[in-house]
Amino acid sequence: MKSSVIVFPGSNCDRDIAVALKKFQIKNQMVWHDESSLPDSDLVVLPGGFSYGDYLRTGCIASKSRIIDDVIKHAKKGGLILGICNGFQILIETGLLPGALLRNEKLRFLSKNVFLKVLNFNNHFCSTYKKKDLIELPIAHNEGNYFARKNILQSLEDENLIAFKYCDRDGKIEKNSNPNGSSNNIAGILNSKKNILGMMPHPERFIDPILSGSDGSNIFESLLS
Amino acid sequence: MKITTKIISNHGIKPEEYKKILSLMGKEPNLLELGIFSAMWNEHCSYKSSKKYLGKLPTKNKKVIQGPGENAGIVDIGDNDALVFKIESHNHPSYIEPYQGAATGVGGILRDIFTMGARPIATLNSIHFGSYDHPKTKNLLNGVVSGIGGYGNCMGIPTVGGEVKFNSTYNENILVNAMAVGLVKKNKIFYSKAKGINKPVIYVGSKTGRDGIHGASMASAEFDKNIDKKKPTVQVGDPFTEKLLLEACLELMKDDSIISIQDMGAAGLTSSSVEMASKGKLGIEIDLNKIPCREEKMTPYEMMLSESQERMLLILNSGKEENAKKIFKKWGLDFSIIGKTTDTKNLLLIYDNKEVANIPLSYLSDDAPVYDRKWKKNKNQKKIKKTKEIDSTQLLQSFKKILSSPNNSNKSWVWEQYDHTVMGDTIQKPGGDSAVVRIHGQNKAIAVTVDSSADYCSANPFLGAKQVVSETWRNLISVGAAPIAITNCLNFGNPEKNKIMGQFVETIEGITDACKYLDFPVVSGNVSFYNETQNNSISPTPTIGGVGLINKLECMMTMDLKESESLLFVIGKTQGHLHQSEFYKEVLNIKNGPPPEVNLFNEKNNGAIVSKLINKKLVNSVHDISSGGILLALSEMCILGKIGAKIKVPQNNLNLYEYLFGEDQSRYIIEINQKNKNEVSKILEENSIYFELLGNTQTNILELSGKFKLSLSELSKLNSSWFKSYFKEE
Repeated sequence: MKSSVIVFPGSNCDRDIAVALKKFQIKNQMVWHDESSLPDSDLVVLPGGFSYGDYLRTGCIASKSRIIDDVIKHAKKGGLILGICNGFQILIETGLLPGALLRNEKLRFLSKNVFLKVLNFNNHFCSTYKKKDLIELPIAHNEGNYFARKNILQSLEDENLIAFKYCDRDGKIEKNSNPNGSSNNIAGILNSKKNILGMMPHPERFIDPILSGSDGSNIFESLLS
Repeated sequence: MKITTKIISNHGIKPEEYKKILSLMGKEPNLLELGIFSAMWNEHCSYKSSKKYLGKLPTKNKKVIQGPGENAGIVDIGDNDALVFKIESHNHPSYIEPYQGAATGVGGILRDIFTMGARPIATLNSIHFGSYDHPKTKNLLNGVVSGIGGYGNCMGIPTVGGEVKFNSTYNENILVNAMAVGLVKKNKIFYSKAKGINKPVIYVGSKTGRDGIHGASMASAEFDKNIDKKKPTVQVGDPFTEKLLLEACLELMKDDSIISIQDMGAAGLTSSSVEMASKGKLGIEIDLNKIPCREEKMTPYEMMLSESQERMLLILNSGKEENAKKIFKKWGLDFSIIGKTTDTKNLLLIYDNKEVANIPLSYLSDDAPVYDRKWKKNKNQKKIKKTKEIDSTQLLQSFKKILSSPNNSNKSWVWEQYDHTVMGDTIQKPGGDSAVVRIHGQNKAIAVTVDSSADYCSANPFLGAKQVVSETWRNLISVGAAPIAITNCLNFGNPEKNKIMGQFVETIEGITDACKYLDFPVVSGNVSFYNETQNNSISPTPTIGGVGLINKLECMMTMDLKESESLLFVIGKTQGHLHQSEFYKEVLNIKNGPPPEVNLFNEKNNGAIVSKLINKKLVNSVHDISSGGILLALSEMCILGKIGAKIKVPQNNLNLYEYLFGEDQSRYIIEINQKNKNEVSKILEENSIYFELLGNTQTNILELSGKFKLSLSELSKLNSSWFKSYFKEE
């Protein structure tokens, strides 16, 4: 499998995701945001960070980068796209995923490990979570409070496009286990064709048991399976 | 413009210092020249009150590659890897404008690290606020924490540890000390010393604005009633630009374009150009029309004294300009050739083709005033006789009070605002004895910690300073690291007062004693004087940042209890020192008396043996015993490990309070599996280490035989509620 990680000015999880892709033997290239075309790739990753310093609105300026046209083309062709944290925010700004990511409910940056329930295994990113659908991953964001109109939320639920929801350590999805105020405890969503995943938690930071967890590995294992 | 006495004093220059300027220059300086003298001669840049004593600190051993005097210190960690680290204060600006003050404190220390060619891999901080119920504290705490997070998070460098303390001594002068650690290959270190004549001098980074003018001078004076008017002296940070600057500099550093590099920190363009040229015994010429400016009609005076952030000064090898320019353009940064090195040994500034300042560099550095200030020895505080017997039925109540007090509460409200997992190498996050960060792609890691003990230091600066260094050492030992070296941030009041200068002198003696004995050299640091408002000085607060190496990840240790039915040993002798303890302060409101003494022999010996037990994999968990004594240390182990304990006070002549809350030094609690009891006891006995059995672990309950039982959930709740209720979040 071949991947491209787009590097924007202010991306800061680009190295982390590159390390993860390499660990799972996915052949990766780093692509500068100002390039006009994507190299041949099965997967495009929009990494976490503070592209353009989060100025104007998170992900907004990056969504107008030169490379984005080709990323959208890649998506339309059914190519895989994974947006993590700021990458998720960029996907929303490009319109590839619906909704908005508002500031966290408590108006504070939040960096901690959270429990997640995996709700859709029937896609390229999550198939190997079937064995274990209650997982732990770190979040680190200021704007991760997912919001969408009621009809959008309804169709995400109806079409089973919510990949992850925040839950407690027993898997219960309730208000107390929602770290940032996201509607319906949403932590990650898929588009209707399920070739695009946007998520706030960072799987690339949890691929090694020594870092207190490896529940992020399944994303990469799923991509390969 | 005529230089009047008012202008001179507004520049923070004393009359006798002005006389010295006149005699050096042989003429009256113009305003720009006066401004440059003030920027270089202030306390913050010249270390004029501290220089005499800083030289006494031990700064070398076989691991030290670079000691004090550069942007940061460097130590060898094997395999051609080196660690670059330093701690710095940003106290004054953070009190005036907490968000920006703290943010630019982080920005400044990060630049010190990557200036040397290192990629920053961790930051830490030590932040001190006034009493929690002081009207300014909540806002300052909130602002400082968001500022630190705002900058570090955007840079993508994990904030892995630190300390947050409240004490009324900081009501009018908070402390914000930021530490950063970077990783560099030993053969790819960059220095600030200029070399060669006629080499291009390059300005890169952000444009120069009117922010932070005279910031360093502001930080070299006490606060008065008009403090709000000082806002313009606080710099405004832009972490996004700094991230770009970091990447651009590291990209340029891949080849041999750069001769030397220096960040523009305190006193901006002035200090960076003067320092680079002076170190190289060269001259420097700058055409101020070439400075990229953010605002219109900036004067040479403003350009030279601005402390706008995210700027660097480089001296390149001739012919490398174009390639360098391409890199900075790619990252969207300013790049301007502003001058050249010369052989004149002068700082020459040109504006509109006219010479606007010309000062021999030695006047600004070598000839800067050095004071041998008068100082007074600190009076030793005597132990007070116990006025009343403490009723032992109040034990549980006292314990709960200590456990839930602001200073001893769990600080996750603070550190969850800092991204501590970015870069994917954070193994031990904030909340342990030391943070542990893996060296990327390798099976080794570094341990880092920052510590301070203001109350100990206030009661006795010499003993207190010795204690802080020892605690730093112990915190590194506790995670399985071999301690390497420290950086120090020395926060004091006005050194022109004998008492304050005495505190400083004795602190240096204390640090020196401990560092020499433990072979734990000081490789970098800074001094922050004038933390004083209307005659109220802060307690002397040396903050020590320590680093250590964990050679094999398998030998890393953590403090969370691992299993029930294991044994708990206390290493080191408990003598029941309660003066300056949390128990005296929080429960009995007794503030007098001496701090605990450190016996460096025991410190070193106990530490060495604990390390040995860790390396032999004979212990399950280790935690050092510090403020709050045995009971608080054990509670923290229980809470983190979600395992309870049943303990019994061993036979001795101490009362319960002395045993459980005494803050004697050089002690650890270790958890060992029953099967290792004999082997551990044998090693401890063979090495004449004092130890005793405290009890054993169990599920769910922390219990003191015959006295109290407390469920883990209650224990955890007591320890973690304070911040949430302070900010009314629950």
